[in-house]
Amino acid sequence: MNSVFNIHGGIHPEEEKHLSNPGTVLDAGLPPSLVLPLSQHIGKPSSLLVEPGDQVLGGQLLADADGMVSVPLHAPTSGTVVAIEPRPVPHPSALNNLCLELACDGEDRWVASAGCEDWRAETPESLIARIRAAGIAGMGGAGFPTAVKLMARDRLPLHTLIINGTECEPYITADDTLMQVDAVGIVEGAQILAYILGVEQILLAVEDNKPAALEAMQAAVKATDGSCEVMTFPTKYPSGGEKQLIEILTGQQVPAGGLPADLGIVCQNPGTAVAARDAICLGKPLTDRIVTLTGRALTRPGNYRTRLGTPIEYLLAIAGFDPSDNRRLIHGGPMMGFALESAAVPIVKTTNCILVPTEQELPTPPAAQACIRCGLCAEACPASLLPQQLYWYARAKDQEQLERHHLADCIECGACSWVCPSHIPLVQYYRAAKGMMRESKSEKIRSDRSRDRFEARQERLEQETLAREAQRAARRAAAEQKAAEGGADDPVAAAIARAKAKKDNASDKGAES
Amino acid sequence: MSFLRITSPHGHSPLSTTQVMQAVLLATLPGIAVLTWFFGPGTILNIVFGGLLALAFEAMALRLRDRNPKPYLQDYSVLVTSTLLCIALPPYAPWWLIATGILSAVILGKHVFGGLGYNPFNPAMVGYVVLLISFPLQMSTWQAPRGLGEIPGVTESLTALFVPASYDGVTMATPLDILRQNKGLLLDDLFSNTPQFGQWAGVGWEWVNIAFLAGGAWLIYRGIFTWHAPIAMLLTLGLCAAIGFDSGSSESGGSPLFHWLSGATMFGAFFIVTDPVSGATSNRGRFVFGALVGILLYLIRVAGNYPDALAFAVLILNFAAPFIDQYTRPVTYGHKPTKEEDQ
Repeated sequence: MNSVFNIHGGIHPEEEKHLSNPGTVLDAGLPPSLVLPLSQHIGKPSSLLVEPGDQVLGGQLLADADGMVSVPLHAPTSGTVVAIEPRPVPHPSALNNLCLELACDGEDRWVASAGCEDWRAETPESLIARIRAAGIAGMGGAGFPTAVKLMARDRLPLHTLIINGTECEPYITADDTLMQVDAVGIVEGAQILAYILGVEQILLAVEDNKPAALEAMQAAVKATDGSCEVMTFPTKYPSGGEKQLIEILTGQQVPAGGLPADLGIVCQNPGTAVAARDAICLGKPLTDRIVTLTGRALTRPGNYRTRLGTPIEYLLAIAGFDPSDNRRLIHGGPMMGFALESAAVPIVKTTNCILVPTEQELPTPPAAQACIRCGLCAEACPASLLPQQLYWYARAKDQEQLERHHLADCIECGACSWVCPSHIPLVQYYRAAKGMMRESKSEKIRSDRSRDRFEARQERLEQETLAREAQRAARRAAAEQKAAEGGADDPVAAAIARAKAKKDNASDKGAES
Repeated sequence: MSFLRITSPHGHSPLSTTQVMQAVLLATLPGIAVLTWFFGPGTILNIVFGGLLALAFEAMALRLRDRNPKPYLQDYSVLVTSTLLCIALPPYAPWWLIATGILSAVILGKHVFGGLGYNPFNPAMVGYVVLLISFPLQMSTWQAPRGLGEIPGVTESLTALFVPASYDGVTMATPLDILRQNKGLLLDDLFSNTPQFGQWAGVGWEWVNIAFLAGGAWLIYRGIFTWHAPIAMLLTLGLCAAIGFDSGSSESGGSPLFHWLSGATMFGAFFIVTDPVSGATSNRGRFVFGALVGILLYLIRVAGNYPDALAFAVLILNFAAPFIDQYTRPVTYGHKPTKEEDQ
């Protein structure tokens, strides 16, 4: 086994993984209806193929990918499309988004599907197309279209695939469970992904707080040709951050502003690997996932195989939600998850955990005290930033210093806020500051553009004025020249002469009378 | 049903600022105990009286600044300031000296700049320097340690505190003073001929320093602050002393061990130089900050005119802290160190 490297910072919050009993998969069952957002991934929303009233079968395509960075969406069961309208979705903004509601008929009839017999006989391009057609987006949390990530092979020389089974967030055990129940599937999925990427090395990363998963993965790897290696390392949050994990496993840092592919590395989540395997070997699109339902406000916490679109309120009922001492519903883990306002939102492709803690377990934070620059945040920061300085500059809206102190390299892991003895919501300040910087950057682009436009207009107007003046001058010159050429031709002199003649005529007549 | 919307992270470490302050107070106890053993109950009276005044001044300042004093008084920060100042003050100081010091520390050192977290200078040292410059006589009157003079009792201490100019205990020059004024004796002779000198440094002082060192080591172990500033300060102080030791001649500036265990060295290294608000903020910065304090401390001790040099050394470096911060930023993940320097 290769030696592993240490990363700067990190914290050791209570793990609380035992709560959700990792290693056992429960069935969440079939809810009466599913709500499927058209945007469950990073990129453009899928474009609809069905209308309200349509009967659909499980696995049927409901919406297709719209452009390159987008994924299709499939029906997780059979039923009737009853509504297509904006609904609340699990997103930090708490805004509504276009969703499709599917009334389940309870029969769970599926379209026929077929995988390929031997994926090694296929070309990487055709395998990417199958992954794309199965609607797979990164299942670790970000939801980046997997097919797009795999296309890094065309741009950069790659050598290593990392399957990120770190799952360093407290409470969450979805990947832990998957590694225990389907290590073979993960390894086969990893081999498929490695074949597509054209890499020779596969690293399966497991934190040392998951001995059962580690054992299962090692057993699954033993049966392979030796390109796979299981790596384990000490538990620390956030070791599972992509950049952090790469440093732990290779000792190298992803260059600022770059991608792991710049180092020849691609990371994938174990769930994504299994979904890719299912898509290629079974022809099965991504329509369900394992979700950890946990927290002490649940009487039946656990890992539930859940169909995408299952409303969270349905799941809370299944898991025995006791609202008496609960104030928060968290999508994701306690460190990076976001609080939901309502349970009437569905499970999506990126939902790895629903956390419903009691107030005693995760108390509502007290009012923030003054920053005493104790530096505990800098000790905890896995990106080696100075959170205490960023905090001052964020409050002062000092963009120059924020840039100098590399605000953009903050991964928002929340370690700084977690350790802050003054309970300052540091990450929130950084999110706001990043938003401000983005805004002022686009503001600058906008103002540059309108300045260019204004200057172009000024120039055009000036030229028009000049042209008009030149025209006028030319006309005057022409007229003057004409006048100079012949006096008779001068219209003014002629008019005066005419008037004079008229007057003379009139006085003659007067004399006659 | 509607849930509370709070930004991530949703969990929190059990440590709070109040607990940080309490830990610092707790860590001063061994030092205070040894000070009391050698110099009598004066220090404890200073601390109690100064603490009450500090709370009152803090509440007053917060009222004037239109803040609700309650949450701020509960953070214990003003008690840390007053306790540190009172430890540094001579025992059996009159009440007005303490009151002036606390007033300067709390108002001039802290609230004038916007309260906790905003003060560019160490408030306790601001109070100390105001007193040292204004009342040099009272500030350099130190009780002789146990064994060399009689230790006042509690009643005498109270009288000394509240009846001005009543204190007539046995006072003596401190070893640092004696060494600075020594022109004729070899260091070994000085140690054997002068009663104020003990095993390694001054009688009593060496144990006071060891006790503060113990308290500081506990704070580092607890993770309240990092080792960088105190260790760097002790290193450069030791290095300067080694250079100026002059093999113990009559011109010697004293050995490293003498300097480590004299005056305010350990108290300063672990309780003053570690003040996060007015010091440098990155670990590298703290190292530089501590190292420069150590050098200044030695220079002012050996060549200066004051009994000790800590307050001046710290305040001068407080000026430099923002500057140090700009040049000691750690290398961010994914960035190259050289490029960083160019910016």
